[in-house]
Amino acid sequence: MNTIVITIISLSLIGVLAGVILFLIAQKFKVFEDPRIDDVEAVLPGANCGGCGYPGCRNFADACVKSENLDSLFCPVGGNDGMVKVAAVLGRAAVAKEPTVAVVRCSGNPDYRMRTARYDSAPTCEIASGLFAGDTACSYGCLGLGDCEAACDFDAIHMNPLTLLPEVIDDKCNSCGACVRACPKKIIELRKRNKKDRKIFVSCVNQDKGATARKACSVACIGCKACQKVCEFDAITIGNFLAYIDPVKCRLCRKCVEVCPTNSILEINFPPRKTAESELCLTEISPN
Amino acid sequence: MKTFRKGGVHPAENKISSGSSILDLPVPGLVTVHLSQHLGVPAQPVVDKGDSVRTGQLIAKSAGFVSANIHSPVSGTVQKIEPVPDITGYPKMAIVIEVRGDEWIETIDRTDTIVRPDKLSREEIIARISEMGVVGMGGATFPSHVKVSVPKGKKAEILIINGVECEPYLTSDHRLMLEKGEEILIGAGFLMRALPVDQAVIGIEKNKPDAIEHLRKLSSGYPGIRVEPLKVKYPQGGEKQLIKAITGREVPSGGLPIDVGAVVHNIGTAFAVYEAIAKNKPLFERVVTVTGKSLAKNANFKVRIGTPVSSLIEAAGGLPDDTGKVISGGPMMGRALPGLNAPVTKGTSGIVVMKANESVRKTVMNCIRCARCASACPMGLEPYFLMSLGDARRWEEMETARALDCMECGSCSFTCPSNRPLLDYIRIGKTNVNRILKARKS
Repeated sequence: MNTIVITIISLSLIGVLAGVILFLIAQKFKVFEDPRIDDVEAVLPGANCGGCGYPGCRNFADACVKSENLDSLFCPVGGNDGMVKVAAVLGRAAVAKEPTVAVVRCSGNPDYRMRTARYDSAPTCEIASGLFAGDTACSYGCLGLGDCEAACDFDAIHMNPLTLLPEVIDDKCNSCGACVRACPKKIIELRKRNKKDRKIFVSCVNQDKGATARKACSVACIGCKACQKVCEFDAITIGNFLAYIDPVKCRLCRKCVEVCPTNSILEINFPPRKTAESELCLTEISPN
Repeated sequence: MKTFRKGGVHPAENKISSGSSILDLPVPGLVTVHLSQHLGVPAQPVVDKGDSVRTGQLIAKSAGFVSANIHSPVSGTVQKIEPVPDITGYPKMAIVIEVRGDEWIETIDRTDTIVRPDKLSREEIIARISEMGVVGMGGATFPSHVKVSVPKGKKAEILIINGVECEPYLTSDHRLMLEKGEEILIGAGFLMRALPVDQAVIGIEKNKPDAIEHLRKLSSGYPGIRVEPLKVKYPQGGEKQLIKAITGREVPSGGLPIDVGAVVHNIGTAFAVYEAIAKNKPLFERVVTVTGKSLAKNANFKVRIGTPVSSLIEAAGGLPDDTGKVISGGPMMGRALPGLNAPVTKGTSGIVVMKANESVRKTVMNCIRCARCASACPMGLEPYFLMSLGDARRWEEMETARALDCMECGSCSFTCPSNRPLLDYIRIGKTNVNRILKARKS
């Protein structure tokens, strides 16, 4: 009996003593952390995708609290709504950004782009692109090994087994840019998200001369400037035999799509056109 | 018999073409000369579209210390200067020349007489090597004048001439040793005077007994030069392995051969140095082995730089029906070609035509931790570990695991019982580690 009482009393004393020591040490070595970091982190999406340029959401929250203004900080997943919430927590003004979406700029499926070699080493685009230019005559096009699919945290980009090209699911895409960074051929671009997810873009990144590009792929941009001539909004620039449509200047008039001799400009999510012929053409070239 | 200690493998030798003497390949109709034939800065073109050029004329000038001159391999007209796909398929700047006749510049001595100029100073030799665009002919194409210019504070003690040719199939160095032995020894003499060193060792694997015998006999007339027979083991032709085998010295991690007083040059380079100095002939042709088990004529051709690979295969009897891969270089370290239009460069030592059933990649299975790759690695690395780090994109850890020491010999992938593409992942790690190092510097 006596032994039990002594044990209980001595253990309790040790416990209390240890507690007091720990409390004192905790007071002495207290690290001050801005409580607003926790508040900001709470309103962030918590995806830890790295799309903002920081390793994770907490690092981004820390950067938001420490910076003078929010001009250069943007969470692509939370979007403008998310940044308004962050701004409200910190009592600063949020800067609105146009929402963007990932767009794959290559239409070279096996029907348009003949395979000239067979690749059988490690199945990642990064390794393949270090070894050779690609298994078709186009050295700029998609390798079809799916580094973008593996990089996406949101299940928004998938390889289509028939076209061997990646396809973006617009609703799921948060434009974090992981696929853009993963693609060694720099094919994927973040472009302005339009009403009803409508898109007009040059679906090609080939910078070879027209004849070489056309020989390698029948839907390659040949830099003929037909689209540039027809554009009323000065949205199209041509460099290195490749057209580029500025997503901000473009008003989605679709005139360039009609004149493109190689069908390399795609229009997506538009209502069908009047004539039966161009409609057929549309369904044929659209990867969606 | 001497050899290096760590790792190494012994793939089937398949030196089918070792009995075929070197033949001159006819000059093709069109040559493509890439401006980046060598390691370092691409050369600057000094001719324009439409210019007439003669064989041996300078067409692109070295654009820095680590760079090399490029001379026209043919006579004719410059058709265009624009990006043309190289052996990887990526477009790179090249001079395309339409061939007309074969008119050489007068300064080149085209006779076979052996010349032994012995009045040249060290500086003159280095200047001539640099002027004639000589680069390492073993495949790495490092400009030779850089290698013979020993940096201040370092001292070269021994010159090693690499006649190992450890890659299976390739025989271009073997044939060169048999047919141009005297020239190689004189070339080695020039290199010895340039460094300057008083001893040179020619390392030859013992699967080439005729070459060992031949050079041994000749070298008795050249004081300071001796032949060292070596055990057959891949990758003995690697610079660091060869130094270890011959001198017993180990080049430190991240260091250069000169750190242990050694300089290594290839047999082909010694021959090119002879031609550059004694014959005044720039480097515009080289010996290329064209070989394969089902190829009609296994051969060693003397080829002008810029000749398309397709005409080499044509001369060897055409592409066999059962071809699976065409490899530029040897089967261990070479590159499978995505097309046959790619031109021969200063570094092309061979074209190997592999049969379809030989070149199939077997199914990749899980790593069973047998550590065969670790015992095969001649640099003492742990390839299985580096591969997992590469797969997980952990580049900083790859740096500490010495990924940059990897010389891409492929012994790990060759030896893996689970057929894992170890080297592919290590290579991508090296690219990223180099990128990080560069970013850290700036």
